[in-house]
Amino acid sequence: MSAPVDTPATAGSSLREFLHGLPGVDQVGAEARAAMLASRSIKTTAKRWALDTAISMIDLTTLEGQDTPGKVRAMCAKAKRPDPADPTAPRVAAVCIYPDLAHLAAAEVKGTGIHVASVATAFPSGRTSLEVKLADARYAVAAGADEVDMVIDRGAFLAGDYRLVYDEIAAVREACENQAHLKVILETGELVTLDNVRRASWLAMLAGADFIKTSTGKVTPAATLPVTLVMLEAVRDFRDARGRQVGVKPAGGIRTAKDAIRYLVLVNETAGEDWLDPRWFRFGASSLLNDLLMQRTKLATGRYSGPDYFTVD
Amino acid sequence: MPKFEYAPAPESRAIAHIKESYGLFIDGEFTPSTDGGAFKTISPATEEVLAEVAEAGPADVDRAVTAARTAYDRTWSALPAKERGKYLFRIARIIQERSRELAVLESLDNGKPIRESRDVDIPLVAAHFFYHAGWADKLDYAGYGPAPRPLGVAGQVIPWNFPLLMLAWKIAPALACGNTVVLKPAETTPLTALTFAEICQQADLPPGVVNILTGAGDTGQALVSHPGIDKVAFTGSTEVGKEIARTCATQPGKKLTLELGGKAANIVFEDAPVDQAVEGIVNGIFFNQGHVCCAGSRLLVQESVYEQVLAALQRRLTTLRLGDPLDKNTDVGAINSAAQLAKIRELSEAGEAEGAQRWSPPCELPVKGFWFPPTVFTGVSQAHRIAREEIFGPVLSVLTFRTPSEAVEKANNTPYGLSAGVWTDKGSRILWMASRLRAGVVWANTFNKFDPASPFGGYKESGYGREGGRHGLEAYLDV
Amino acid sequence: MSDTAAPARLAVRKTYKLYIGGAFPRSESGRSYLVTDHKGGFLANAALASRKDARDAVLAARKAFGGWWAATAYNRGQVLYRVAELLEGRRAQFTAEVRAAEGLGARQAEAVVDAAIDRWVWYAGWADKIAQVRGAANPVAGPFFNFSLPEPTGVVAVIAPQASSLLGFVSVVAPAVVTGNAVVALASERCPLPAVSLTEVLATSDVPGGVVNVLTGRTAEVAPWLASHMDVNAIDLTGAPGELAGELAIAAAENLKRVLRPADEDWTQPPGLNRMLACLETKTVWHPAGT
Repeated sequence: MSAPVDTPATAGSSLREFLHGLPGVDQVGAEARAAMLASRSIKTTAKRWALDTAISMIDLTTLEGQDTPGKVRAMCAKAKRPDPADPTAPRVAAVCIYPDLAHLAAAEVKGTGIHVASVATAFPSGRTSLEVKLADARYAVAAGADEVDMVIDRGAFLAGDYRLVYDEIAAVREACENQAHLKVILETGELVTLDNVRRASWLAMLAGADFIKTSTGKVTPAATLPVTLVMLEAVRDFRDARGRQVGVKPAGGIRTAKDAIRYLVLVNETAGEDWLDPRWFRFGASSLLNDLLMQRTKLATGRYSGPDYFTVD
Repeated sequence: MPKFEYAPAPESRAIAHIKESYGLFIDGEFTPSTDGGAFKTISPATEEVLAEVAEAGPADVDRAVTAARTAYDRTWSALPAKERGKYLFRIARIIQERSRELAVLESLDNGKPIRESRDVDIPLVAAHFFYHAGWADKLDYAGYGPAPRPLGVAGQVIPWNFPLLMLAWKIAPALACGNTVVLKPAETTPLTALTFAEICQQADLPPGVVNILTGAGDTGQALVSHPGIDKVAFTGSTEVGKEIARTCATQPGKKLTLELGGKAANIVFEDAPVDQAVEGIVNGIFFNQGHVCCAGSRLLVQESVYEQVLAALQRRLTTLRLGDPLDKNTDVGAINSAAQLAKIRELSEAGEAEGAQRWSPPCELPVKGFWFPPTVFTGVSQAHRIAREEIFGPVLSVLTFRTPSEAVEKANNTPYGLSAGVWTDKGSRILWMASRLRAGVVWANTFNKFDPASPFGGYKESGYGREGGRHGLEAYLDV
Repeated sequence: MSDTAAPARLAVRKTYKLYIGGAFPRSESGRSYLVTDHKGGFLANAALASRKDARDAVLAARKAFGGWWAATAYNRGQVLYRVAELLEGRRAQFTAEVRAAEGLGARQAEAVVDAAIDRWVWYAGWADKIAQVRGAANPVAGPFFNFSLPEPTGVVAVIAPQASSLLGFVSVVAPAVVTGNAVVALASERCPLPAVSLTEVLATSDVPGGVVNVLTGRTAEVAPWLASHMDVNAIDLTGAPGELAGELAIAAAENLKRVLRPADEDWTQPPGLNRMLACLETKTVWHPAGT
């Protein structure tokens, strides 16, 4: 789970020069490429594979102020058995919760192979001191999270203080003490430009991220195909340049099976099939799961299904 | 076995009702050719016969031109301009209504992927008619003086690479300006033109305003040299274009516009947005199987980023999907004919013989039909045949340059001058390059973008005249 | 005006409302006013718009402007052509309404409706051409690329003609909308009903809500609120009678609205460009050309 942290020269200015020296992203061209890939037609056997794969890549998520133990238990039950009528339906990859519910979630999914991903570092805004953020991360790990989803300081990034963002990510990595793997949330909706998404992706990977993640889900727009395209290009190029593979997680706003399949096509034709595995690609979602199950059922039975046949967790 | 294998996703053929045989469309009706001549059109992907099509002889050309002349004199030129425009709006709407059918038909007859005909060709066809419909009653404002007049009867010959779109580029402005037309589609791709004739009937277009004559080179020659034609418009090879220019030189009353071949340079600078540039290179030469006059068939990449760009390009090419044009996931379709395939092969062999290095991504070619894998030649120099001659196929020649001036020099070093591409993040450089490239269309940070509002046409041996936009109206007005 | 006996079938009469933000509200004031035909006979109670309705209409227009302007010119042209298609389908309805409103004979009314539809088609075809006619690449002295482009001014208030209830209405609204502006139109005070029926066509034709808003009521009461509104960018005073027009123009000067103050117009004549140009700004951009 641990990975060496890549360090460019320590002076902050050379980090800036490196990031600003990355090739630009032409927004119109990137959006056109994403749209073309979204027009791929995935049917029959390919669709079946894609639906099952997408289910197995879900980080089933609840991140609300009003989350209770009951809510988390219900969600973990669904994670373990997504389709009440079909025990052969794949399990999700992880459950994703706030750190104060990590202990409960860990107990619920113990022994199932489902990971426990906890958000940390003053999610979703990230606006507090480094000490508090690190304490938050340590707390999550101690409570049993084996994955930590941290947020970057977007204010620092937009103000050009890349060094600060880098150091925070490295510090959180260290605080995970090799017990949890680290997803770094870029909050691409606040970074706005695709150039920023590319730079933030590289920044996070250089600082030791195991995964780069699009969004907290609390800001609109959250995950989009063009943003994820740029991130997939970044992880592909990073592996080519540095020899280390980093995962990608689009989160927020992915509601339908059709959307999820589009993301898988994107992965397939951008970073490549090495990333078509829950180890390297996740969906941060909640309502997506039921739509995937509904489409899966339709493929199996030939009939359109309805919400009454799937659980509300 | 790839992890994510896309299952076949075929578009249904049923929607394209292909008749067993088609007549010529003259004076609002389908009619057999005078001497009974006919030929077959096949699907280049499977070699199956799609339909039998009439072959127009000189007597038929005469009939059609007469019908067009009569319609011009008696009906079309007397019609108030706004009514003319409304016919074109109707045609545009019907094209939209029948768009799926037209797309399937185009892919069957031409070999191009259904995704392209569905998402690019047919929408542009409708757009051309919409755009030009609006000009019919606004010609006073087009910049040609008050009340510009049409020329009369236009004889139009179009190629097989974008059959219905080339028809739209010709017929829409001609009619909007008040002319009537006789159009000959290419012999390998007549079906969408004949369906367009049906659409004219559905729109109640007065008989004789549009006439469609199917046939081959002889029919085209008879049409453009017919004395009853006031205006000739030709899109096709430079070789035939020159013949037509010679013919029209002996008939000075005829106006002529030509849209011919190209050998466009797609120029990638070191600061280009790399991933989008690679898409632009791929789109530039592999879109429509490279059967594009303005294809970016020469990649000029700045030497300092050559390795990086080439590696990215080769990686990208491994995800291109070649196969059944009716499969919605196909990126590269069939070569349009056996003749064209032979030509592509011949030039590719020449490329190897002259010392360039040839590479294609692994590609399974279907057994029946005409197929050629996407191919990249590196180590190409300006003197090589594959750097000078238009291949009109999915073959890219890669050359390098050091400075912007050198790029311009190499890009311009060709008898052609249709289009060029420039990839850089620097705005000033785009504008500096654009002002120096001797090409009628310059695409910066994009490629192969077309719009009815955007004038298209070449410099030098790529032809003369423009199609589209305000500038494109000139070809069909007496100005 | 009562029948001596009840008819065999009673017509279901229409309620005429305002059209704001794509919806059909009554006036927030709850008021209505009597609309009569040219002989003084009862036609309907139309909504009597208040200053608050005017305010809401401007808000709706401002909200819709960004999206309408961002649509491609092609898309705007197609949307407007669709309006013409639906108008054509309702030719008989509009002919009857124009006859009743203006007292025209059957054939005259038909000609007016046909002219209104054709005028709409004419303007629809300008959407993707006005930039070519009005824009330019300017040959400045220096290594610069310089181009000028027309852009819509934003929210345009229109005081529609008083006498020509459909053709005149179309002739003042279409030119503002085709170039990307959002419009708040105050219909003819005396003959508002054809304009209200037109809003039904707009609502069912892909025109985004808020791009065209139509108020009915007293010109002298509502127009000053539009003329003085600081978030209105241009005002067309065609339907404002003489003295009122002067007052409105003075009020409009407060935020330097572009003011269109045309003379009497024969709506059957070809319109020319000036109504489109009146609602267009020109943006000129420079960029160096160098390596």
